[in-house]
Amino acid sequence: MTDTNNQGPGNQMPDNQMPDNRMTGAEIVLKALKDNGVEHIFGYPGGAVLPIYDEIFQQDDIQHILVRHEQGAGHAAEGYARSTGKVGVMLVTSGPGATNAVTPLQDALMDSVPLVCLSGQVPTTLIGSDAFQECDTVGITRPCTKHNWLVKDVNELAGIIHEAFRIAQTGRPGPVVVDIPKDIQFATGTYTPKPEIAQNTSYQPRTQGDINAIQAAIELMASARRPILYTGGGVVNSGPHASRLLRELVELSDFPITSTLMGLGTYPASGKNWLGMLGMHGSYEANMAMHDCDVMVCIGARFDDRITGRLNAFSPNSRKVHIDIDPSSINKNVHVDIPILGDVGSVLEDMVRLWRALPKKPAKAQTEEWWSQINRWRARKSFSYKHSNDVIMPQYALQRLFEATRGHDTYITTEVGQHQMWAAQFLEFEEPNRWMTSGGLGTMGYGLPAAIGVQVAHPDALVIDVAGDASIQMCIQEMSCAIQHNLPVKIFILNNQYMGMVRQWQQLLHGNRLSNSYTEAMPDFVKLAEAYGAVGIYCDDPKELDDKIEEMIAVKKPVIFDCRVANLANCFPMIPSGKAHNEMLLPDEATDEAVANAIDAKGRQLV
Amino acid sequence: MNAHQQPTGSAYFIAPETAKAESHTLSVLVANEPGVLARVIGLFSGRGYNIESLTVSETEHEAHLSRITIVTRGTPTVLEQIKAQLERIVPVHRVVDLTVRAHALGQERPIEREVALVKVVGQGDRRAETLRLADAFHAKVVDATVEHFILEITGKSSKIDQFVAIMKPLGLVEVCRTGIAAMNRGPQGM
Repeated sequence: MTDTNNQGPGNQMPDNQMPDNRMTGAEIVLKALKDNGVEHIFGYPGGAVLPIYDEIFQQDDIQHILVRHEQGAGHAAEGYARSTGKVGVMLVTSGPGATNAVTPLQDALMDSVPLVCLSGQVPTTLIGSDAFQECDTVGITRPCTKHNWLVKDVNELAGIIHEAFRIAQTGRPGPVVVDIPKDIQFATGTYTPKPEIAQNTSYQPRTQGDINAIQAAIELMASARRPILYTGGGVVNSGPHASRLLRELVELSDFPITSTLMGLGTYPASGKNWLGMLGMHGSYEANMAMHDCDVMVCIGARFDDRITGRLNAFSPNSRKVHIDIDPSSINKNVHVDIPILGDVGSVLEDMVRLWRALPKKPAKAQTEEWWSQINRWRARKSFSYKHSNDVIMPQYALQRLFEATRGHDTYITTEVGQHQMWAAQFLEFEEPNRWMTSGGLGTMGYGLPAAIGVQVAHPDALVIDVAGDASIQMCIQEMSCAIQHNLPVKIFILNNQYMGMVRQWQQLLHGNRLSNSYTEAMPDFVKLAEAYGAVGIYCDDPKELDDKIEEMIAVKKPVIFDCRVANLANCFPMIPSGKAHNEMLLPDEATDEAVANAIDAKGRQLV
Repeated sequence: MNAHQQPTGSAYFIAPETAKAESHTLSVLVANEPGVLARVIGLFSGRGYNIESLTVSETEHEAHLSRITIVTRGTPTVLEQIKAQLERIVPVHRVVDLTVRAHALGQERPIEREVALVKVVGQGDRRAETLRLADAFHAKVVDATVEHFILEITGKSSKIDQFVAIMKPLGLVEVCRTGIAAMNRGPQGM
């Protein structure tokens, strides 16, 4: 119903004789959510949000997904947001509800995920009195949100929620918190509709890139002999059209392309220009090409320390173009020659147009030598591993999983650790928004709730959480949520009985003293699945793996797949600490001795 | 033990800082709303930047605008990063590096002034000496008894430093300084 309708004389008034735009704070919350296109929220009730939960009970437009821990609500909302491009919404109570939300908020901040977190607060008159379940939510969440608000006047509530959605999803997306005291939820106020043009003058992100800078970038690119495109999560965030334009640019320029962990899928892994992921556990060809290139075009990535390796040895002889919507990303870690501030999609549109308009396109021969060098690097097959007929190698498990999921409408989430890196190496993504992983914060426990969020958004899709035996136990309680809401997520655990990445670092850096990285008292995951009402599958034989994976996919219920893999496998290739891109440790060179000496004396100077 | 000769290493790559740190004065125009100062200060502490002086006051009541003047220290890259990070804060309207602008205008620094209240207790000749020096520094007496003076002094920070140092032997008991208010020379506004 639009607001103009409500002013007509023949309009039905509600029984309590209030005009339609007068309502309680809790009603305002629900109406504002609906007006912002929200269909699902993830949350957990508690004293300070009961009025909002009462409103949720009395309507059908918005479905509430009850999690088992507020952290799960946050990651589920993140998975929902990243697989759809929409804003994820979570609802938590005051005090512990809000503090439990901190991890997903910081996770969303670092990975630029649009997230609106509504939290209850004790009544305004009690704020500051150390009331039951009180905490300084805006104080605690200030550094882990893009912006946050404490609502002190019910008449401002609707405007703040509209603004919260705008800030969460525009510019560089991120999490916001709206903290709503309980008396504001009960109080009656005026609902203000979503403004056509945003009021806030201090927040007006720029999306259009400077055309002169884009022109300069295109000229630089056209002159390149050893070019590379280095793309990231910004391309995903910019929307599907940005991925289409990126593919067009690659097609036109025939440049090799690599991506960060966050940007997988924007360029298809089957594409002929694809070099694989770069960075600490990226491919040899991607990292070598980054090191030796003469022109680097960074598109929606941020020169993270997992990407660059040793900064003073990072791509020493290249001129760099950096496209980013966030001015603070420019020149933060790496100095660039041509910064372009703007939305990736909009800038790529200009780039494609200007490349097409080039008076003289670079000849194929210009990059021929570069491509043959890249092909020599590719021939190194840096993701190779020794197959075994007796134990399942983790890489093999993922290759088989990938083969089995071909032809399905598949979404993958992960936890954090070795399995995450192997998944990034061995699962191939053809489309953006199919790969949900915690990159910046590296949050163990992200994958299961994120998979739940993805499954809510895509009820008929095959959603798989590639997990480790340690990570999965961090948010395992959300199994209960998956069962309750009939969300048939598949948890594929690469179970090596260690915190694999921690063990690998201890082997490399700490004399193989495996301090607290072995999981003693491992639960029986099959029985655990059954205890929740899900299906448990166990496999420790490479010969049975394919059948068991098929069985997992066929089940229309949540599944925990306990895949027992080689316990001591290490994740390679790897850029060891303090080393440059061209000093990677490759799997076939990683003898025990090489691994033990991977970090030289200089490593000691590092903190 | 052989094991202890193993390098400890790290998951991070840290290069020693080689560029020279400079002191810059930033003017930050912010919406005058609750928590905005906490956002600015939290940014500095959270990202490990320095604050040498900080002054805040509402400057445009109707527009709900406050002006924060921050003196900070860092390498040119860090200073650029501070400015970009400040601009990311939602209620921040504008950030101007007054020092950079002063350099562009061919000046060494923007105009920077501080106010201080200085309480001096003493008797006899020391009182006369206090007043003579206060006069020389253009400080005003704003409160006095037969035992004390409170002097109000305005000027560059270095002038106030000097005045405070001189007052020490004359019976200085208390100092309160406002921190720096600053703007660029010339007809142009911020």
